Amino acid sequence: MAAEQPTTAAGRAHLFRPNQVLRGSLGGIFIVLGLASIVLALGMLVYLVLDVVLRGAPWLDWQFLTSFDSRFPARAGILAALAGTGLMMAMTLALALPIGVMAAIYLEEYARESWLKSFIQINISNLAGVPSIIYGLLGLTIFVRQLGLGRSILAGAMTMALLVLPVIVVATQEALRAVPSSIRDASLALGATKSQTIWHHVLPQAVPGILTGNILAASRAIGETAPLVTIGALTFVPFTPQSIMDRFTVLPIQIFNWTSKPQAEFHDLAAAGIVVLLAVLLTMNSIAIVLRQRAGGGRRR
Amino acid sequence: MAADLFPEHNLYRRNRARDLRERAIAGVLLAAALVGGLTTLGIIVALADDTFRFFSQVSIVEYLTSTQWTPLFSVQHFGIWPLVTATVLTSAIALVIAVPLGLISAIYLSEFAPSRARSILKPALEVLAGVPTVVYGFFALIVVTPVLQRLIPGMSAFNSLSAGLVMGVMIVPLVSSLSEDAMSSVPDSLREAAYGLGGTKFEVATRVVFPAATSGIVASVILALSRAFGETMVVAIAAGQNPTFTLDPTVPVMTMTSYIVQVSLGDTPYGSLSYLTIFAVGTTLFVMTFAMNVISHWVVRRFREVYD
Repeated sequence: MAAEQPTTAAGRAHLFRPNQVLRGSLGGIFIVLGLASIVLALGMLVYLVLDVVLRGAPWLDWQFLTSFDSRFPARAGILAALAGTGLMMAMTLALALPIGVMAAIYLEEYARESWLKSFIQINISNLAGVPSIIYGLLGLTIFVRQLGLGRSILAGAMTMALLVLPVIVVATQEALRAVPSSIRDASLALGATKSQTIWHHVLPQAVPGILTGNILAASRAIGETAPLVTIGALTFVPFTPQSIMDRFTVLPIQIFNWTSKPQAEFHDLAAAGIVVLLAVLLTMNSIAIVLRQRAGGGRRR
Repeated sequence: MAADLFPEHNLYRRNRARDLRERAIAGVLLAAALVGGLTTLGIIVALADDTFRFFSQVSIVEYLTSTQWTPLFSVQHFGIWPLVTATVLTSAIALVIAVPLGLISAIYLSEFAPSRARSILKPALEVLAGVPTVVYGFFALIVVTPVLQRLIPGMSAFNSLSAGLVMGVMIVPLVSSLSEDAMSSVPDSLREAAYGLGGTKFEVATRVVFPAATSGIVASVILALSRAFGETMVVAIAAGQNPTFTLDPTVPVMTMTSYIVQVSLGDTPYGSLSYLTIFAVGTTLFVMTFAMNVISHWVVRRFREVYD
């Protein structure tokens, strides 16, 4: 090593010079590369949306929104799927919101550092990584078979509730953690009990964060297809669900069904369905963003 | 004394009703938290029961060694390998897209992007993860495959290349978000020290920040792989329904998830051997993804560089 090093300063200097142009320009090259990767990924998204809108737009009319599925593309619509998606989302949230928020309150406000708390916490973070189709098998065995709910919209909503539970718990935990402990201390010092403190002072402060988490959970539930296919959601439903024990279909399953057909007209119908699905998701996520910004503004004041 | 001043409000008396109510509330909250904790257990029980029944009828040796998967044919073979190779193939193609795109985006966002650009581009990338997977399936089959067929003559209408490519774009935000978080949490003192030694921005990013964030980056790649393994709709729509033991990306294949979808869509009678197969396949998938998730958590904890 030492023997190879030139002894004079001039001898050493040449070791650095050839690199300088490269060293200087690599940063610029990387910026171009970085922007290119992001533009490529986002470009795919833009292309996807444009393609879907161009294909689907001619089919999007009142008749499409208010008709049942049909063997004839011109008469087919998404009424049953829209009704199913709406009911499914409402029931999923009705089940998952109270359980998720209560679980988060327990973990943040009640649980002491113990094996039980870390057991629950590790489980919840692991559940977020379980493939959604596995939840479908869980729902098929426990809700459809063991509890005898059949292939009903209730069984679907219960499966979906378990699927989105980790999202709600983690978001609620973050919202609770952001509430300053001085508020709890003040309430407790005035003689309020723990549950009164949480109900009257901690939860109201955490509401924007909890709502954001629930909207994210609901948009996850709206887009999921695989678990509902597994528990046996129908692909052809010429009726709107009348009770929670009815069989059902949802928008993503209707899209899946039309995409799987060989005729190009059905592919255009699928595109029109995707436009509706994306519009619903976009609306919900915009609400979540507005809520998040309001929450941020509230904290700064 | 207080009791003398306010005879009706004895401050020293315990309020039993209130104590009871507080304890009941704590109990209900604990029960709700246990639902989260017990779901994992429920998954294991639900999968294990039918998986054991499957293996009481089919030899586990055949399941793990045979390269033929024909449970719905009259001559039944139960070799999981065609489904596993298809899953690995589509996931590998997805990672070939997602890892370079995701990591370059992450380094750019964390080290090069002005904060305003970052605050717009990061959420924009995350939109990719919010698009329902059935939409990506449509995109792969209806849009990407016809383009690929023009480039590669003789390519089948269902193939793992198109499904893998689209899945790759879908998981870019998973890699970029988590890696960006890992790099952003590298303390500035390390960057400043490297600049002080004369490092350029590129050198600091790739030789100081990137290595310091390795554990988070590796974890994000493992999580992306796990996500690709479990992804269902894209492969069910675009990769085909043929359990072929092959690594050729231009022919139809069947992943573990698309097999479960295929059986679920048909009318397989409850309790039959074909019905039980989806639980054996589900267990295999669950064990693989669970292992990956555990490894990823372990990598973060074991190899994290802690600076203070």
